[in-house]
Amino acid sequence: MLQEESDLSLIIAQIVQKLKGSNLYAQLERQAWACLQRPEIKLESLKEDIKEFFKISGWEKKLQNAVYSELSVFPLPSHPAAPPEHLKEPLVYMRKAQGSWEKRILKSLNSMCTELSIPLARKRPVGEQKELLNKWNEMGTDEPDLSLFRPVYAPKDFLEVLINLRNPNYENGDSLSFRTHLGLIQVPLKVKDIPELKEFFVELGLTTGQLGIDDSTQVPPELFENEHVRIGQKVLAEQDGAAAQQYIRQGSPTALRADLWALILNISSQPEDILYYEQLKTNVIQHDLLVDSLIYKDVKLTASNDDYYFVFEDYLYQVLLCFSRDTSVLGHFAYNSASPPKSYIRGKLGLEEYAVFYPPNGVIPFHGFSMYVAPLCFLYHEPSKLYQIFREMYVRFFFRLHSISSHPSGIVSLCLLFETLLQTYLPQLFYHLREIGAQPLRISFKWMVRAFSGYLATDQLLLLWDRILGYNSLEILAVLAAAVFAFRAVNLMEVTSLAAAEAVLADLSTLKVMPLLQIFLFATVT
Amino acid sequence: MAGKVKWVTDIEKSVLINNFEKRGWIQVTENEDWNFYWMSVQTIRNVFSVETGYRLSDDQIVNHFPNHYELTRKDLMVKNIKRYRKELEKEGSPLAEKDENGKYLYLDFVPVTYMLPADYNLFVEEFRKSPSSTWIMKPCGKAQGKGIFLINKLSQIKKWSRDSKTSSFVTQSTKEAYVISLYINNPLLIGGRKFDLRLYVLVSTYRPLRCYMYKLGFCRFCTVKYTPSTSELDNMFVHLTNVAIQKHGEDYNHIHGGKWTVSNLRLYLESTRGKEVTGKLFDEIHWIIVQSLKAVAVSAWRGAELGWGLGRGSFGEVVGPASSWVLPRACQVNASPSLTSSTANDRILKYNLINDTLNIAVPNGEIPDCKWNKSPPKEVLGNYEILYDEELAQGDGADLRSRQGQSLGPKGGRSRDSGRTVLTTWK
Repeated sequence: MLQEESDLSLIIAQIVQKLKGSNLYAQLERQAWACLQRPEIKLESLKEDIKEFFKISGWEKKLQNAVYSELSVFPLPSHPAAPPEHLKEPLVYMRKAQGSWEKRILKSLNSMCTELSIPLARKRPVGEQKELLNKWNEMGTDEPDLSLFRPVYAPKDFLEVLINLRNPNYENGDSLSFRTHLGLIQVPLKVKDIPELKEFFVELGLTTGQLGIDDSTQVPPELFENEHVRIGQKVLAEQDGAAAQQYIRQGSPTALRADLWALILNISSQPEDILYYEQLKTNVIQHDLLVDSLIYKDVKLTASNDDYYFVFEDYLYQVLLCFSRDTSVLGHFAYNSASPPKSYIRGKLGLEEYAVFYPPNGVIPFHGFSMYVAPLCFLYHEPSKLYQIFREMYVRFFFRLHSISSHPSGIVSLCLLFETLLQTYLPQLFYHLREIGAQPLRISFKWMVRAFSGYLATDQLLLLWDRILGYNSLEILAVLAAAVFAFRAVNLMEVTSLAAAEAVLADLSTLKVMPLLQIFLFATVT
Repeated sequence: MAGKVKWVTDIEKSVLINNFEKRGWIQVTENEDWNFYWMSVQTIRNVFSVETGYRLSDDQIVNHFPNHYELTRKDLMVKNIKRYRKELEKEGSPLAEKDENGKYLYLDFVPVTYMLPADYNLFVEEFRKSPSSTWIMKPCGKAQGKGIFLINKLSQIKKWSRDSKTSSFVTQSTKEAYVISLYINNPLLIGGRKFDLRLYVLVSTYRPLRCYMYKLGFCRFCTVKYTPSTSELDNMFVHLTNVAIQKHGEDYNHIHGGKWTVSNLRLYLESTRGKEVTGKLFDEIHWIIVQSLKAVAVSAWRGAELGWGLGRGSFGEVVGPASSWVLPRACQVNASPSLTSSTANDRILKYNLINDTLNIAVPNGEIPDCKWNKSPPKEVLGNYEILYDEELAQGDGADLRSRQGQSLGPKGGRSRDSGRTVLTTWK
């Protein structure tokens, strides 16, 4: 009891600390001063009257949403004496593995720099700045020669690193037992089993209405959809972030999704946010970074060729180039096991006072990175809004998909959850695939790293991401990956090679995700 | 035992031939007895011309209505729609109602258009009313974006008419008629690009009108960003969405070919503009198609032969985005779908399109019979949906005006419960 109380006060202190620096804090203060002029504010009951004013004017709701948003981003505080790196990642071997992975990435980036003799960053001459400004809305038409550039890494390189991950304190032993993990991931982490998943994803159960199932043509809308839409409109009218998050677990109506997501992510698109985006744009115009070419190359290799997303190519540059300049992204490294790479001003190598983060946001894009942005283009056509939503999605969720950590939403846990689900609930299939050299994770890894973007049809992907936001967790990705294998089990049992298994699972664009998830979690005999 | 269907085609495309062979039909030559002939438009023109005067026998079927060009020729389409509106007006039909500016409330779906050279004086009069506007010139008898150009000065028209008269192909070019339409310079842009819609509509009979809409239509995007600036008037990559044109642009992508499915469009519009706007847009598109077909129903079908037509309508310029409403504008109809596949997905789409079409046109793959009841059961529709069935609409004791008829699309019926009054009257 005492422990809980002190935890709570610690959380409160942390959030207060965080909010004090925010724009909202300044606004609240301004509002409080301004309301003193009002007749209903009395000196003798000043505190209560101001609180009442905040409640009536809707500012209290804004504060609540901000607190709620902090709560879902920030991990619970650990012991006060714990060093800050424990917030990033409590397990030493994970931290070490992440550290050496970062070194590898940076080395490869630096060697590309040297090879191509291109500086990491340079100021653009004025003429070039003008030119870029003019074609800001059509950067896709530019065809610079990028043949020498290659993505710094691809998901499969990262998978090799995860496969070799070992816990030095854990004795695997040579003897096989029924507990032996036959998958590729060999580190012991706690992952949920089906009963726990059922409890966690209780709203996905068979008795709860779901968009993505109960809105199909055969179901009359009176049964579920109409009412669900009505509630959604009410949630939006109330501007209540917590309610929105609960609501979206049953799926968001297409027409309300953009607003619901913005509410949950606490993105309001104030004039200062637009200004901030414009500043980032100015930074892009003024400076040329090596990562720009990587982003450019990545968009050309992925989204530009995608049936769903090619239309939005130019938006992707507008978002991703600004993202690489955004130093506010650095804040998420407080709870990300990764650390931003450092670079040194020319000639000052190794001197800490000349160190800068590179790229300025600390995130080096890899092959497929732009697919995190692409689906959001279906929801927001205003670049600055699109940008803010993406940034928030990244610092809440997507960073976990390419950092080595023990977090339940981290990619290592997702891989282990996926393998454990298959091994436990579809043992024959798992064994068969393993025997023919088609370890299931080799196929599903890329789906999870991209949060299925580019694999599912967009409407299905958005239904899936609804649940990521609703449960504030990425575990659904691993469950879906397992459910896809279960769905294709009959065909997979017939294949005799990795290539054949990959062919069976090559096209996921016809899948309906919600029925798959529901059947796998709630209707399979376990 | 019923015999096998004997087929002929003068279009050697694998999406067709594979579909015929899959049904176990027998290939014959055009001089033998045939039941099914997939003809090019040139062939059909010759076969059914006054001189040849070919009449189909009871067990023969072809893929076009003999007078299909009433809708597919750009000038005739406009002519027919104008005539249809006048007729409705004469009958005192509420469909022909006009607003205070003399604009049709429900039938104003074709941009202001004139025939050249015939309507030259009318055009000049209209041009002078708003001299800053841009007009698009299209040759009546050509397709795939050939011969199209934009103008924004009268002198350009004069130059064009001078040039065409002095060119060496005098006879040909004086014969060639053009349509000139007010160019829509505020089209709805997605990702900054202009697009049009390619929708497939199958007409199985005109009397009574029965037509089907293929669910898997698509949008075609320009590769270059749209700009209303007049300096780019000559850059056809900005303005024309035809694959035949865009293919030559350096930014043409051979994987997706600049094509986006209609379901993507729906998802995007509903997400960014809401359900009401999206539902209304698609309602209006369906409305325009049915009204255009009705406009030609009289002239397109006089004979008693069996026949059916598959047309690919192209909705140029969905207007936006200045207003929150998005209005579709009909621009042209093509007699036959392009059977050239530009991407792998395109190939699958077109194969299935032909497959579903044949299932409706030639039920059970049996030898055609003119006594067929042409209303196929729901199971064979595949990706087609009934767009309009005049018989059914009238059978319900209702005509166009009475909110009866078929609902179309998933939730077709539902989306229009939202209290809209305009243009929903036909369903």
